[in-house]
Amino acid sequence: MAFLTLLRKRVLGLLLVVFGVSLITFTISHLIPGDPARLIAGDRASDALVAGIRHQLGLDLPLYQQYGRYVLDLVQGDLGTSIRTNRPVLEDLQAFFPATLELALVALFLAILVGVPLGVLSAVYHNRAIDQIARTLAVTGISTPAFWLGLGAIVLFYGHLGWLPGGGRLSEGLTPPSTITGFYLIDSLLAGNFTLFFDALKHLILPAATLGFVTLGVISRQIRSAMLDQLGEDYIRTARAYGLSRWTVILRHALPNALIPSVTVLGLTLGDLLYGAVLTETVFAWPGMGAYVVKSIQSLDFPAVMGFAILVSFIYVLLNMAIDLLYRVIDPRIGEVN
Amino acid sequence: MSTCNPVLAIDNLSLEFPAYKSSVKALNGVSLHVNPGEIVGVVGESGSGKSVTAMLSMRLLPERSYRITSGSLSMLNRDMLSAPEKDLLKIRGRDAAMIFQEPMTALNPTRRIGRQMLDVIIHHQKISASAAHAKAIALLRDMHIASPEQVLESYPFELSGGMRQRVMIALAFSCEPQLLIADEPTTALDVTVQRQVLLLLREKARQKGTAILLITHDMALVSQFCDRVYVMYTGAVVEQGLTAEVMSNPRHPYTQGLLSGLPEMVEPGQPLMTIPGQVPNLSQLPTGCTFAERCTHAMPVCAKRPVLTAIHHDEQRKSACWLPQEELS
Amino acid sequence: MSVPLSATHGPQWREKLTYLAYQIRRSPLTMAGLLITLMVVAAMIFAPWLASHDPNALNLAERLAPPSSEHWFGTDEVGRDLFSRVLYGSQQSVGVGLFVAFASCFIGGLLGCFSGVIGGRFDSLTMRLMDIMLSVPSLVLIMALAAALGASLFNAMLAITLVRIPSYVRLARGQALGIRQMGYVKAAETFGAKRWHMVHWHVARNAMPPLLVQLSLDIGSAILMASALGFIGLGAQQPTAEWGAMVATGRNYILDNWWYSTFPGLAILITATGFNLLGDGVRDLLDPRQQGK
Repeated sequence: MAFLTLLRKRVLGLLLVVFGVSLITFTISHLIPGDPARLIAGDRASDALVAGIRHQLGLDLPLYQQYGRYVLDLVQGDLGTSIRTNRPVLEDLQAFFPATLELALVALFLAILVGVPLGVLSAVYHNRAIDQIARTLAVTGISTPAFWLGLGAIVLFYGHLGWLPGGGRLSEGLTPPSTITGFYLIDSLLAGNFTLFFDALKHLILPAATLGFVTLGVISRQIRSAMLDQLGEDYIRTARAYGLSRWTVILRHALPNALIPSVTVLGLTLGDLLYGAVLTETVFAWPGMGAYVVKSIQSLDFPAVMGFAILVSFIYVLLNMAIDLLYRVIDPRIGEVN
Repeated sequence: MSTCNPVLAIDNLSLEFPAYKSSVKALNGVSLHVNPGEIVGVVGESGSGKSVTAMLSMRLLPERSYRITSGSLSMLNRDMLSAPEKDLLKIRGRDAAMIFQEPMTALNPTRRIGRQMLDVIIHHQKISASAAHAKAIALLRDMHIASPEQVLESYPFELSGGMRQRVMIALAFSCEPQLLIADEPTTALDVTVQRQVLLLLREKARQKGTAILLITHDMALVSQFCDRVYVMYTGAVVEQGLTAEVMSNPRHPYTQGLLSGLPEMVEPGQPLMTIPGQVPNLSQLPTGCTFAERCTHAMPVCAKRPVLTAIHHDEQRKSACWLPQEELS
Repeated sequence: MSVPLSATHGPQWREKLTYLAYQIRRSPLTMAGLLITLMVVAAMIFAPWLASHDPNALNLAERLAPPSSEHWFGTDEVGRDLFSRVLYGSQQSVGVGLFVAFASCFIGGLLGCFSGVIGGRFDSLTMRLMDIMLSVPSLVLIMALAAALGASLFNAMLAITLVRIPSYVRLARGQALGIRQMGYVKAAETFGAKRWHMVHWHVARNAMPPLLVQLSLDIGSAILMASALGFIGLGAQQPTAEWGAMVATGRNYILDNWWYSTFPGLAILITATGFNLLGDGVRDLLDPRQQGK
């Protein structure tokens, strides 16, 4: 019962967000000083041709009608046509989305792998040398420009050492595995093609590590703060009063409870990574949505930018819903409250 | 008549918490002891140092947050202040156990009761999980819990406050400790439940010969429950003695103040008294008697700090006040 | 353990200063942040005196020279001295960071207080709008805005400011609502205090600390954002010495001329770290509940 109410609220929120995002992106795209019809037709096209294209795109209609048409298309899953690639935006995004998601997931995995222990150490050694070092690392991560770190990684590991490729998703000449999940790592394994798997892995390491490093700070800060809260709780004192060792108390009692409130942050971080990948993808020529959207922005391809913004916001809200559901599984107290 | 081997012996203990430009002097020369099998009360307002004493006895105060400035603390003939962590892990929960005020938050909210009890039993007794499970059930049954199996399967929030505190007591007795420190064990409970829990606690302690150090702010509780009592104020003992003697013939004005707040001690029709004023700031204690500014009997001599002295040469019965003993009571 | 600043009363500002000094000394990271920030601000102010060369002077004879005693950070593809350009670049980056943080805090704070005090339909409309703005991924929104306005540092700055505003509105409104419930404001209301006067006096003054915390935490991320825009060509344009744009140009020469992108990027990293550490410190000072978190 309570669950249905929650679901209804969430779906309503989802619609509101999509509506709002479309309104914002629509407004922005009509701020452009340039004329999209002229952009499509090219500089030398006759005025008549430009007018024709304008009419065809509906750009001669009043703004509210244009927006109405846009929303109507949106509801049917039509995000419009990219001016730059001249293909439906949804198709473009679908083609680029798995690459971005694969990068974001691996980056998140790396960030959690390092960030959680860092946050735990930071909290346990609160205000001591280890804490200061861990916090410095976290702040450095947050303060590092990803594009610059990526370049540095390319210079070192590709340029000087030659250990890893300098960009792309696969080496020249290799054919991507047939699409099942869209993740090269998984698809190549499913196809049993280990050459392909290791090649994809090699290409993934630098961008994922770069993206992971700039995300690490967010995670370790969250874990630190949640752990400090938990370590101050009475049940920790009880566990210690009954002779459980320090690390048993920390890892078996405090950490699981600190992870519960952190799930929100971890989930939303994945959402942030999807668009945070924009710069990293550009640097590593990673064929994902980020690189696509940067090119679209640079060529004032607003249908593509709007489509991207709407898609990411949509995923963001979906993630929120997923997190709500996850809470019911991992926190035994939730059921009781309702 | 002090017994040769007290389970807890605190001698002239002083402790402070360093703070900005000063330090909070939480304990100022506390001496107290608990003999085997005895139930001893420590009573005082918040800020009297009673909880700090309890926590320090188990070395549960966050290390590095405090500084011992004098004195000693030994439990079962072991110096607790210098005991290595390794030894503490064996002492805590096995030789000495502790019960806390808030049974709601004192148990891990996301672990089932069974897991939490088994963790402790297995840790100290090195027995198999199934043996530990059987033991947990027996312990809960001893606490007059009707369906122990079901309780073990529950999360803390699924139990009532009284039930949770019974679980805590069961856990406390799981290794048959020689000392049990109970820090305001019933403050958070309903009055009717309070009594049940206390009776259970005493019954179990008498049966196993466990000594109890009961920390409370409630004189009534002490009078019903304890063999002896220490009254604490601003981190020091101001009066001590057998409960009956302290209750019937309190020597220190502070003890009198605490007692006159009890409905049982006041004639019908007389107003209930409260002690005026506040506990002084522990980082700026007066050099004289710390109770003087709230005391109706304050005299010039109170500018000097009175020491705890035996009354009628009885080493068990002491008070720290300048008033001639005849003028009191 | 510590006393919040507001708890010390009276004219003892010396007391406050010693307390402040004590708090900063207790936290080496805040200290480091303060030092870095002071250094960067000094570099920004004294760039004309500190720079060894004219940042825009071409010297085609010395193109892409590696770091040397003459050119500490080397030179770029048209022979400009990179050390001097990095120094001057602090004016762009720190300028943007400070402008964005203060402007969005001022506008957002005012709007939020106003919204909270007025309440009613105006309030719900404002908040709905802010919710929507917060639900769009900020980087994308900033990039789209910057592109739509036209690529320039000023437009990048405007875009970042606009996107930062909603969080301040929310914060200030929350404070305003909370404060309105307090006795003394209710009293002022019943005595007929003008609403504007209330915004100005009671509400704005009390909403200040949390806004300042947010502001100090925002400077670093605004600097990063501005340099990111510069990197993808939506920010400062040639020949302005801007760190992000310098990294982007250096990228073309990266494999043979490592120094070109390295130093401007390092400057971004150090500056952002300084402001972020300082921001953490300010939060610890003004929001004792968050102490050390």
